[in-house]
Amino acid sequence: MTQSRPLLEVKSLSVTFPSEAGPVEAVRGLSYHVMPGEVMGIAGESGSGKSVSSLAVMGLLPRRARIAGSVRFEGEELLGRGDKDLSAIRGGKIAMIFQDPLSALTPVYTVGDQIAEAVQVHQTVSKQAAMDRAVELLNLAGIPNPRERARAFPHEFSGGMRQRAMIAMAIANNPKLIIADEPTTALDVTIQAQILDLLLKAKEATGAAIVMITHDLGVMAGFADRLTIMYAGKPLEAGAVDDLYYRPRMPYTIGLLGSIPRIDAAPGTPLTPIEGSPPSLTNLPPGCPFTPRCPMRVDLCRKVEPDLVRMNGSGEEHFAACHRSAEIEQKNLTGLDIFPAPADRTRDFSRVSDVPVLRITGLKKHYPMVRGAILHRRIGTIQAVDGIDLEIREGETLGLVGESGCGKTTTIMEILSLARPSSGAIEVLDRKTAGMTAQDRFQIRREISVVFQDPMASIDPRMPISDILAEPMLTHGVPADERARRIGELLKMVGLRPEHTSRYPQEFSGGQRQRICIARALALKPKLLVLDEPVSALDVSIRAGVLNLLEELKAELGLSYLFVAHDLSVVRHISDRVAVMYLGRIVETGEVNCVFNHPAHPYTQALLSAAPLPDPRKERARRRIILKGDLPSPANPPSGCRFRTRCQKFADELNDQQRQKCIDVDPVLCEHGNAGSDHRAACHYAEGGKLN
Amino acid sequence: MASLPSPIVESPVETTGNDSRFRLILRRFLRRRLAIAGLSVVLLLFAFAYIGPHFYKWRYDQIDFEAFLQHPSATHWFGTTQNGFDMLALTMRGMQKSLIIGLIGAVLSTGIAAVAGATAGYFAGWADRAIVALIDLILVLPGFLIIAILSPAFHGRTWLIFVVLLAAFQWMITARVIRSMTLSMKEREFVYAARFMGVPDWKIIFRHILPNMSSFLIIDATINVSSLILAEVGLSFFGFGVQPPDISLGTLIGDHWESAQTANGYQFYFPAILLVVLVLSVNLVGDGLRDALDPNAGTAAGKGAGSK
Amino acid sequence: MVYLAFLVLIATSATYFLAAAALNPRSNFAGRNPPPPPAVIDAQLTSLNLNDKTPILVRFGRWADGVLHGNLGLTIDHDSVNAEMGRRVGVSLRLLLIGSLLGSLCGIAAGAWSAVKQYQLSDHAMTLLSFAILSVPTVVLAVFLANAGASFNDAIGHRLVYNTGEYTPGLEAWSGADVVNRLQHLVLPSLVLILQGLAFYSRYQRNSMLDVLGSDFVRTAQAKGLRRSQALIRHALRTALIPMGTFFAYEFALIFIGSIFVEKIFSWHGMGEWFVQSIQKNDVNATAAIGMFVAVLVLFAGFLSDVVTVTLDPRIRRA
Repeated sequence: MTQSRPLLEVKSLSVTFPSEAGPVEAVRGLSYHVMPGEVMGIAGESGSGKSVSSLAVMGLLPRRARIAGSVRFEGEELLGRGDKDLSAIRGGKIAMIFQDPLSALTPVYTVGDQIAEAVQVHQTVSKQAAMDRAVELLNLAGIPNPRERARAFPHEFSGGMRQRAMIAMAIANNPKLIIADEPTTALDVTIQAQILDLLLKAKEATGAAIVMITHDLGVMAGFADRLTIMYAGKPLEAGAVDDLYYRPRMPYTIGLLGSIPRIDAAPGTPLTPIEGSPPSLTNLPPGCPFTPRCPMRVDLCRKVEPDLVRMNGSGEEHFAACHRSAEIEQKNLTGLDIFPAPADRTRDFSRVSDVPVLRITGLKKHYPMVRGAILHRRIGTIQAVDGIDLEIREGETLGLVGESGCGKTTTIMEILSLARPSSGAIEVLDRKTAGMTAQDRFQIRREISVVFQDPMASIDPRMPISDILAEPMLTHGVPADERARRIGELLKMVGLRPEHTSRYPQEFSGGQRQRICIARALALKPKLLVLDEPVSALDVSIRAGVLNLLEELKAELGLSYLFVAHDLSVVRHISDRVAVMYLGRIVETGEVNCVFNHPAHPYTQALLSAAPLPDPRKERARRRIILKGDLPSPANPPSGCRFRTRCQKFADELNDQQRQKCIDVDPVLCEHGNAGSDHRAACHYAEGGKLN
Repeated sequence: MASLPSPIVESPVETTGNDSRFRLILRRFLRRRLAIAGLSVVLLLFAFAYIGPHFYKWRYDQIDFEAFLQHPSATHWFGTTQNGFDMLALTMRGMQKSLIIGLIGAVLSTGIAAVAGATAGYFAGWADRAIVALIDLILVLPGFLIIAILSPAFHGRTWLIFVVLLAAFQWMITARVIRSMTLSMKEREFVYAARFMGVPDWKIIFRHILPNMSSFLIIDATINVSSLILAEVGLSFFGFGVQPPDISLGTLIGDHWESAQTANGYQFYFPAILLVVLVLSVNLVGDGLRDALDPNAGTAAGKGAGSK
Repeated sequence: MVYLAFLVLIATSATYFLAAAALNPRSNFAGRNPPPPPAVIDAQLTSLNLNDKTPILVRFGRWADGVLHGNLGLTIDHDSVNAEMGRRVGVSLRLLLIGSLLGSLCGIAAGAWSAVKQYQLSDHAMTLLSFAILSVPTVVLAVFLANAGASFNDAIGHRLVYNTGEYTPGLEAWSGADVVNRLQHLVLPSLVLILQGLAFYSRYQRNSMLDVLGSDFVRTAQAKGLRRSQALIRHALRTALIPMGTFFAYEFALIFIGSIFVEKIFSWHGMGEWFVQSIQKNDVNATAAIGMFVAVLVLFAGFLSDVVTVTLDPRIRRA
């Protein structure tokens, strides 16, 4: 590539929104440039200004936003241009892909029409020609039967297919620049791998440069050439990905990288949490916005906001905005040097006893698919959970992983409702739920409690903390003075101040609310905690603290966890054993190291290979298994092995005779590997594959 | 139990507690000049209806034999009727009834809607189907018709029966909205959490679900006040509502509308204009409350009005 | 459809029972002088199937049998309900159709305009206007417009709009003069219903449109190169129309009630006027027939609104 002039050059961009609480400074002095054909990444947590800045580039912010600075595209200034001028560029030379592909497509027009519209806006072609081009683009985007699917409406597409359609629309006019705003955040990990793959193909096909915006440093590592890290509207560090990942010079970047659980790390590798939470963007105090959370802060940090400064020791374009980055560079400080190491967390497997807290055998949950408001007609059956076995022993953490639609939520709802299952049995503390009276069921609820994914939704916003924590105790008849004592104890246990009992949930940040939820779950001293994606709604920098807390509580209180998640690295980090679910079945289960180091089922292998690593070199070296297509409908699962329609092994390695077995015979979970280990997989051709 | 050392002590991010939430709402409301104007007018009209009569020399049932069909004057501010009743006294008396009917009816109707809607949404199954069918049925037969048909049956009885009937035909659309709000709130994690800790269903409805709709309920009740006042006027206009000897703004308008096209139009215009001012003010208060309590609600009334 | 027919059935029967229980035709004879002998009254009432000495279920059975055979019974004045209804249905439907169609169209246009111009002067004016209209009882609005029409005629010194009756008798039916004359009569009463429809729909359309204006897909439309105005019309307005289908059913019931007042004030001899008279005359059969008429109308509106919604929204087409 010749050293041409930058395609896009953003200089000192700032965006301010007026609000009731005062002006919100969403972006403050962002500068970056994008060369033709390269991938420029912008990473940051929610509220860091990364999306707002890209909308500012496109001129798509609401009118009330005040924008300053300069945005030059091919040398021409875009800021201040009118809607007419900008619309000639938008969708033509600069295209954009949004996060949520369901809401980003107009529900009332067919996908084909919407893509054809994009063609017709910029090219004078007939309606028919535009439609043909749309079909061609859908085909390019890997949509099967494109001519037929072009006539479908967005709601008839799966999430992955919608994102493919968005990409097709983005490349319709061979853009020079594609801005992708969290393009895979709403998608499952195997679909994410498909979409990232497609984005790279689209880049090759059009030669476009990409601005990639994401909070996921794993995705970024393998995708971007250069990267800018944003925090509270400001760039804190920028440079080539290798420099940033291997030689971070700003404590925030260092902390972020240290707080991400890695799929290639052994369980129990300590995470360094960043304490506190990002600042509010109104009335920002002077100085570096990261100061209150920074373990290296000095007085200067509070007074003077540092500018981006070139780091001499690494690549020539590595910049960091920190008063102490020179010192970090000199001493080559790492996360463990800067952030307080969490308490000693050596795993004590002797704590795991043989007593099962929860045992599930042959659990099935089928929903009728009905039509009609008054006279229900049954038109099918959704096999949400179709015969699974699980066991959790005292003091153990079982990780239940799977993508959306695999039945993991149904499974925990069945467990938590303690109802009589339609088939199979659920035993809590050796007592079958099927035979329970209402009174028994009420009693057993003390022993099993739950923490949900979204801490904003899981506590009643109208109750003060004391009432929230008291509710389970009130329900179960704990006397008032005991309740009051216990509330203080619980708050201390989860790292919140006991004085805060009269405050309301709105006053707490996401991470703090999740701590409140954990405290509530512990109120009645349960034996088993069901954790339903407890950290996936939290910002990256906050996750580590909550994960560490969960581990400490477990060690201290001898709890058992059923940890449900889609994020394999989190599951690996926290679990003792793991069970992988696919389409209502468990396809592989076993001790966490066995499963992650030697995945036997092709689905597990694909999942592991799709999970991104925050490690650019490893990412570049990896060969990804890209699964075909989408999850089949649980109303009509494939015959024989449920995974065979997407199985890479079925498609590439097996001969016809072997395939016939997959089509005809439903594989059962059977022991795999060393005799006596509980590593089991449900595949006729299971093997000891290895990660990477 | 050994309490753990606090790993991280975090302080709340910012103080927007419940009393500051109240202050925020108050601030948003006060910023709406129209809402403030509406509220002031409603309060003034209340004073007019209930305190006014004590400071005015004519009573509503008093006949001035020296002034029949007299135009507004210093003695009779709003003039007199054909029979010598003082129009201002009548209007104040009528407004008392209209206000009280609006208030009682609105509370009743929103109450019925809350209970029926939440029950249908929360329990699903047959309770849901029965309530939805009832709602559909009542929507097919406009309440106006039913109350009109029943009106001969409550001739000579207390006007409270009329209020109950008005409320009984006013709750359905609100109930639908509440039903669909309940359906989605039922899936919210904090309701699940309460269920899984063993809180009984009816407690969940009254402790978690309905309080979280309080903004909507308050707004709905306010809007219902004006709807009910209008409904009362419509029914009483034809003699299907408030019955003599009781007087309401509706009966006054019904008795005097034909004078509107004559020189004696004051008999119609005074009560009619005051009525419009009252209803408009109540609506403005309701709108202001909507903006203050529920800035993002937008089509709250539309959300639940799903198709059959 | 079965459900809808079932609802009509229940609604009509309920109207009959309520009317039979609450209305008292016997009292019509109470004021007569000289009072007719009780046997004569009984015979009269029995011939109309209105005798309260006959058990209500028997009366209902007779009435229902007639209805199933297309005979809605006799009015209190011994006329055929069918014939009376035939005379009046057209009068009401004309008002109702014009009122509901024009009202909804104007309302949707005004609401969409208001939403696009949010917080600008035209939005505030439109909002205030619709608020004001919604706060005026139909009676008052109708009386006001009737007077305004008269003043308007005085002002231009020519009788352009009429505020009483449906047409001026004596003109040759459906001649040009007759049609113009009928239109001159139609303007004011329709305007009452149109204004109310406009106020009703513009509020909802504005809200629906505002919900959609900030959506991601409007942003996508702009991101592909449509200008804001194009994106708003092609993508936002089209999507924001969907909820309006639902309101059509509700508004139709309201507009029927509105028409009762309009017919009264403007002296039209339609279903609304008949309803009021029937109750005042304790005419059970006529009342029940009107109940059936309204139930059918409302359900037809409900059916139409479902059709509109399904046409507008591909998401429920296959559900």
